[in-house]
Amino acid sequence: MTSDRITELAGIKAIDTPKLRADILAMTDAASAAVLRPKDTGAFSHGQRAGLAARIARLNGKEDLAQHYGQDLSDDDTKLADPSFDGGADERLQAMLAFTDRVAVSPKDATTEDIESLSNAGIADADIVRLTQLNAFLAYEIRLVEGLRLMRTDP
Amino acid sequence: MSDVIHDFTTEVPEWQPRVTPVDLENATPEQLEALKVTPSNTKVSDYVLTLAHDVEILQERSPLFNAIMYNRGGLGRTGRELGATAASIVNRCIYCAAVHASRYNQLTKSGEIMAALFEDGEEVRLAPYNQAIVDFSMKLSKSPPEATADDVGKLRDAGLSEEEIVDLILSTSLFAWANRLMHILGDPVTTGSVDIG
Repeated sequence: MTSDRITELAGIKAIDTPKLRADILAMTDAASAAVLRPKDTGAFSHGQRAGLAARIARLNGKEDLAQHYGQDLSDDDTKLADPSFDGGADERLQAMLAFTDRVAVSPKDATTEDIESLSNAGIADADIVRLTQLNAFLAYEIRLVEGLRLMRTDP
Repeated sequence: MSDVIHDFTTEVPEWQPRVTPVDLENATPEQLEALKVTPSNTKVSDYVLTLAHDVEILQERSPLFNAIMYNRGGLGRTGRELGATAASIVNRCIYCAAVHASRYNQLTKSGEIMAALFEDGEEVRLAPYNQAIVDFSMKLSKSPPEATADDVGKLRDAGLSEEEIVDLILSTSLFAWANRLMHILGDPVTTGSVDIG
């Protein structure tokens, strides 16, 4: 099992694969599919997940990764990918986006109130876990790609 | 009432979920499979039962976590634990910091470096090898990440090979993930104080 997705994103074709732990990059792809395109989507469609992933990449200043995650989004899902969109009049969407932004940007400040705001907006416990996993995985992948980019000696 | 811990410690707390974990009695076959529950093994932590709400990622995450932290070769265990702890300090995940600082202390048979890290955080001053690792890991853990090619250069200067740097990137990034589960979905509480029911 090999994967070129992470190495292509990081632009590090020059570094040979054994050094890059090909098994871990393949497992990373499997995890990416599990959060972005799960069979059981719960409350969040594949399109919404892609939109949120693009939003999280933008919150981390990674426009190219936002493009990678946010290909072929519907108009509604494109809105999610815009960090300046706060959900408008939709309270459930507002709670989802505020939580996403908190976990992406200032996880250290998270409190039990961040979870309660999701519950109060009618989001079930299982969906709270799904949304947290999506966000948490992206925090990993964005830093993995960024770290590998920083290793390049041919900027 | 349980007592939530707010300060870094090397005594591993208990973890109290903020959502209701999956109830084993009502778990689906897919959840039981992911939890590796068998008649002789019915002990599953609240943390794993919480993650069992999303079986697909739980199944991918466990082998990935073990590969990044324990695979052979490359960066040794102490370097990976140092990166994990540095990330956990930036994200203020008291639980993760306690687990990985205590493992680091067991491996190095000293509590000095972790005590300094907990006390001084990002201002900590360490010997060049550990300083390079901690600086890189803390900067990569920021949102947005703040690490630079210069920080990677300092890892090379400190003697880390390319393979070791990849492993440090992986263990640090892994805790961007783990911290966001542990610190977001639950609270670290003093032993024996977890609310039952």
